[in-house]
Amino acid sequence: MKTRLSLSQKSALLSLALFGVILLVWQLTTLPEAKVVADGIDPEYAALMGGGASTAASSFPTPAAMGQTVWEKLSDPFYDNGPNDKGIGIQLAYSLARVLGGFFLAAAVAIPLGFAIGNSRVVYAALNPYVQVLKPISPLAWMPLALYTIKDASASSIFVIFICSLWPMLINTALGVANVRRDWLDVSRTLEVKPLRLAFRVILPAAAPTILTGMRISMGIAWLVIVAAEMLVGGTGIGYFVWNEWNNLSLTNVLFAILMIGVVGMALDSIFGLLGKRVAYQE
Amino acid sequence: MSGFDNPFDPDTQLHRAGCSCGRHHSQADHDADMKNEDARVSRVVESAVMRGLFPDDRMRRNFLRAVGAGTAMAAISTLFPMGAAKALAQERGKLEKTDLKIGFIPITCATPIIMAGPMGFYAREGLNVSLQKTAGWAVIRDKVQNKEYDASHMLSPMPLAMSLGLGSAKQAIDVATIQNINGQAITLHLKHKDKMNPKDWKGMKFGLPFDYSIHNLLLRYYLAEAGLDPDKDVELRMMPPPDMVANLRAGNIDGFLGPEPFNQRAVFEGFAFIHTLSRDLWDGHPCCAFGVQEGFYKQYPNTYAALFRAIASATDYAHKPENRKEIIEAIAPANYLNQPIPVLEQVMTGRFADGLGKVRNVPDRVDFDPFPWQSMAVWILTQLKRWNYIKGDVNYQAVAEEVFRATDARARMAEIGLTAPKASYMKHTIMGKVFDPAKPAEYLNSFAIKRT
Repeated sequence: MKTRLSLSQKSALLSLALFGVILLVWQLTTLPEAKVVADGIDPEYAALMGGGASTAASSFPTPAAMGQTVWEKLSDPFYDNGPNDKGIGIQLAYSLARVLGGFFLAAAVAIPLGFAIGNSRVVYAALNPYVQVLKPISPLAWMPLALYTIKDASASSIFVIFICSLWPMLINTALGVANVRRDWLDVSRTLEVKPLRLAFRVILPAAAPTILTGMRISMGIAWLVIVAAEMLVGGTGIGYFVWNEWNNLSLTNVLFAILMIGVVGMALDSIFGLLGKRVAYQE
Repeated sequence: MSGFDNPFDPDTQLHRAGCSCGRHHSQADHDADMKNEDARVSRVVESAVMRGLFPDDRMRRNFLRAVGAGTAMAAISTLFPMGAAKALAQERGKLEKTDLKIGFIPITCATPIIMAGPMGFYAREGLNVSLQKTAGWAVIRDKVQNKEYDASHMLSPMPLAMSLGLGSAKQAIDVATIQNINGQAITLHLKHKDKMNPKDWKGMKFGLPFDYSIHNLLLRYYLAEAGLDPDKDVELRMMPPPDMVANLRAGNIDGFLGPEPFNQRAVFEGFAFIHTLSRDLWDGHPCCAFGVQEGFYKQYPNTYAALFRAIASATDYAHKPENRKEIIEAIAPANYLNQPIPVLEQVMTGRFADGLGKVRNVPDRVDFDPFPWQSMAVWILTQLKRWNYIKGDVNYQAVAEEVFRATDARARMAEIGLTAPKASYMKHTIMGKVFDPAKPAEYLNSFAIKRT
């Protein structure tokens, strides 16, 4: 009898097959081509040009070379050779610290403000134009202004994270709070629940799924932005790592950093996904 | 550790192979070198005293010949407390600030600033310097203006521009020393190897590192000498050096006038050739400078003196060809330049592949000279005015003398036994045309293509 594969097994197989195809295409397109050293060329000249070696550091790496780099970097993630050369683990930790700093600052502002906006139509209408104007501004556009006023590169990148995480959380909190079912509020009012108790015991749990969706979107944006911000200001962090390796024209290391950014971004997103599941409820 | 080092001194290292400062293979080498250092200071003091006693050098020589050096020394010592003077010169005031942040861009121009870290020039002066690799010139400018950096590697026109408030807030910066002279090049894509004459470059696109760079001023000068208007006949794009290499490969630009090692890197990658070395445009042109917060030397006089000694001796050390190999190894790692050694060697030794199949030998392709000629500052100002970066009138000499601290550098260089020129102005020859710093306005008027 033929065994039936479950849906998840099928998708896992397909995923693996896709990975194999990617590797194969990658390997075929990056096969090292032998540099032809023409007759009559000065041997010293050839040596200065890299000795006819086909592995210039800036050429696109083969999967094997890539694997080796990943292994090397991951086997020693926390080395520290001075201010400009640190392991990938340390760089990621710097970026995460900045992202979390800016993100929680934004949460501390956006959630209370969102409550106020969601609870009152007047406040909502008054603040709406500001939010609409500020929301679409690319966070990096704030960078020069931040550097000029804050006068500190690291604080400026935290500010940029703050400003880009603020809006999705603010809007979603306001939306969640405004859409709490009227019945529940009416019942609370009949039972003479005090305002603070009402906020924490009724509105917050009811709006939590929407708020968490906002936080998840904010975190995604923050992680996108930190890389660009660190490439601009330099110093430390995964964005600086990308810039530094680009400065060396080392595509292998840049690819490695891209992979790491993806993995960490996925991890952050799934944390908020799990949190979202925990606060979800059925009406 | 040697028996002479104080084991209770926090700066002495007891448990490492090599010596206490880290620059020598053994403590014995270190001690020998330090003795030379002491001897150099002694010599400086002695010759200063002798110069004072015998303003006429012929008289001094006659006197020494007549009585013998030993007798002369003893006789003068009774009159003049030579020992005390030497001790005074050795005595270095307490440093007001020992932890310094210094910015740099990862290019060979910054060699003295960088090597002074791993090779112990800062440590020898009692300074604890954190070298900060920085993402671009605008970031350097901002971090210096925000006082995040105490001092920094800068393009030599930058301190002048910042002091005049061009392209940024107005904030004066002092140029303590020049870092490197020469060491840049015009690099073109191989597809242009038939266009050796710049008159054929109309419509081409060039990469440059920054508006306020010697690269911008030299390329504009070069194009204008060939009859092209740099603002109308070509396109000049500002971009960081690695982007120059990538854009040149992709064909987005046709060439660039950039810093090393990126010219050689583009050749090494096999798609470009070196058209002209900047030394062939102006031999001895200034490139990068060591800029310090204005007033730093008043606020922290001893720290400034120590920093100057470290940078000036490192620059002098880098000037000597026999030291270059050791320097390459110190600056190549990921913490600093992060560049392949074969490329750096071609840049620093001057024996290089030009990309067209020839090996060229130009030992002074890159050179290092700390003295901040004020005439160089005047030339830079004339060109900034020529291309309308400076609008309105400018007092060339006054600005040059305020920003380029030549008089101060001369005295400090003499203190550590380096020879400094007697004048602060000299005539320069740029592409065969003589620039007289005393007549900047006439010089500016002599150009056919200009924006004034």
